[in-house]
Amino acid sequence: MRRADSLFTPAGWAWFLGTGAALIIGVPLLNALPQAGSFAQIPDYLVPLLGKYACYALLALSLDLVWGYAGILSLGHGAFFALGGYAMGMYLMRQIGTRGVYANAQLPDFMVFLNWKSLPWYWYGFDHFAFAAVMVMLVPGVLAFVFGWFAFRSRVTGVYLSIMTQALTYALLLAFFRNDTGFGGNNGLTDFKDILGFEIQAPGTRRALYIVTVIALGLGYLLCRFIVASKLGRLLLAVRDAEGRVRFIGYSVAYAKLFVFTISAVLAGIAGALYVPQVGIINPSEFSPANSIEIAIWVAVGGRGTLVGALIGAVVINFAQTWLTGSMPELWLFVLGGVFILVTLAFPRGLLGFAGRLQSLRARTVSTPVVGEEHAP
Amino acid sequence: MSAASPAIGAGAAAAPLLYLDGVTVSFDGFKALNGLSFLVERGEIRSVIGPNGAGKTTMMDVITGKTRPDAGTVFYDGDNDLTHLDEAQIANLGIGRKFQKPTVFENLSVAENLELAQKCPRGIVRTLLAKLSPSQRDEIAETIRIIGLSGREHLRAGALSHGQKQWLEIGMLLIQDQRLLLLDEPVAGMTDRETAATAELILSLAGSRTMVVVEHDMEFVRSLAARVTVLHEGSVLAEGSIDFVQNHPAVIEVYLGR
Repeated sequence: MRRADSLFTPAGWAWFLGTGAALIIGVPLLNALPQAGSFAQIPDYLVPLLGKYACYALLALSLDLVWGYAGILSLGHGAFFALGGYAMGMYLMRQIGTRGVYANAQLPDFMVFLNWKSLPWYWYGFDHFAFAAVMVMLVPGVLAFVFGWFAFRSRVTGVYLSIMTQALTYALLLAFFRNDTGFGGNNGLTDFKDILGFEIQAPGTRRALYIVTVIALGLGYLLCRFIVASKLGRLLLAVRDAEGRVRFIGYSVAYAKLFVFTISAVLAGIAGALYVPQVGIINPSEFSPANSIEIAIWVAVGGRGTLVGALIGAVVINFAQTWLTGSMPELWLFVLGGVFILVTLAFPRGLLGFAGRLQSLRARTVSTPVVGEEHAP
Repeated sequence: MSAASPAIGAGAAAAPLLYLDGVTVSFDGFKALNGLSFLVERGEIRSVIGPNGAGKTTMMDVITGKTRPDAGTVFYDGDNDLTHLDEAQIANLGIGRKFQKPTVFENLSVAENLELAQKCPRGIVRTLLAKLSPSQRDEIAETIRIIGLSGREHLRAGALSHGQKQWLEIGMLLIQDQRLLLLDEPVAGMTDRETAATAELILSLAGSRTMVVVEHDMEFVRSLAARVTVLHEGSVLAEGSIDFVQNHPAVIEVYLGR
């Protein structure tokens, strides 16, 4: 079978490893160049920015896995991202220790400010990195599993499911806004000092965080590729296109969806956990419904159901945002909305689908006509 | 979960494969099935005919778990009561269905459609790690040959003609190795030649599989030379050979009398 058995072609591996090596070795090396201001030097501020893009790319990848392949349009993936971020943020808060404004060894600053006497039970364990790292994956994963268990077994699909995911992230937004919930209210968690004993602001730490993020992105991509290239990947496409038919050949649609939805949420949680130390803050605005919709825009712009398209979409849109909010902040939302409308109307398969069409158009004029569609859906 | 082992033995062989008893389904007061009872013996081909709205498709929906009856039971292969199982569980008991409108997975190739349908464990992790064995490849190639799609195995199923999609769907039932095949209008939209080829395919399976064929095309029903059940207003109106039912006064009445 054509695309069944090999995860990658040799050329695909060369691309993957080449890009990975350039990002992992090239960027930190150019950043560490001695003479600041030289042409090739990557300034310090750019490293966490690139790291942030890589986090967004991982987040987009996780959405494309469920939306592009299984047809589950989650408009609540920002919630899983934020939960992963909060789990990491709680660890970073505990690392502050007595260096906070109130110099309280037992409690984070915001709890002292709220006159709390003792640490809530759900903060226990977050002093340890390993515990926090497990929670980064466990909390979003369990939430997605429980949510999916009820939604998919009751056969909630399409726009109803999307609305429920919006409600999920909105409910969490409201909960995390409250001071009583115990996650810093609307200020969230910030003022981090160090991670695993390394000063969080130091250029070396930033480079390391960037490298870890790119590696996580690469591994996430491989995992998604492994899933979509497997027989399960073909089953997911079948679920996306004709869910009812899949049941009549004996597969459980609910469990197939539950499996990818949970994996996707864990990936989103990891992306959030890597995001927080690089931007230095996590607050409830990450749960806002608009954020989650924006993720879907990245994927749609890049081309859903391609994985690579999700990465490209996330990076292109966020680069444009950084650039435009710097130069013409009032225009950004119009540009974002305009791009989304343009892509939906003119390039329904996103930038990648557009590129594929250009390529096959060229191939057709140069050589013999191509039979059928050559790119994977 | 292991599939229910086929009950082989003198006593079991005599029992019917499928037994519908007093099945009633109503939609907003309209009784799509009204105390429907009938038997299908092992290895037989059964044609089901009836005017529009007679309940043919609803009957298939009940057997395959898509619709839950308000009353009645459906026993399959002994004492499996299908009315308590969902679609996937019923499919795994060995009941396959071909829909009226051909439904294949359009974005997958012909071979990939068959790969998904092929009889093998349906668990999620097993599916994730599945690799096609040489014998499974051979089986897919053989099925493609049987359904006359050789040379098109890598074609997207969405690009097939209507008749080819019907065959691919039948091929998916074959490779699933189902014991009871429910075929809803298998020759709708087919040319005469395709219809004849389909009849031949169905007859070649007689004996090894049990089939319930819903069809409007009387020529086709005649060519199957099978026992015919006539449904009308959700219950059995007449049952017998094609000549018997075509000359049955009540059948003539419902088909011609209005």
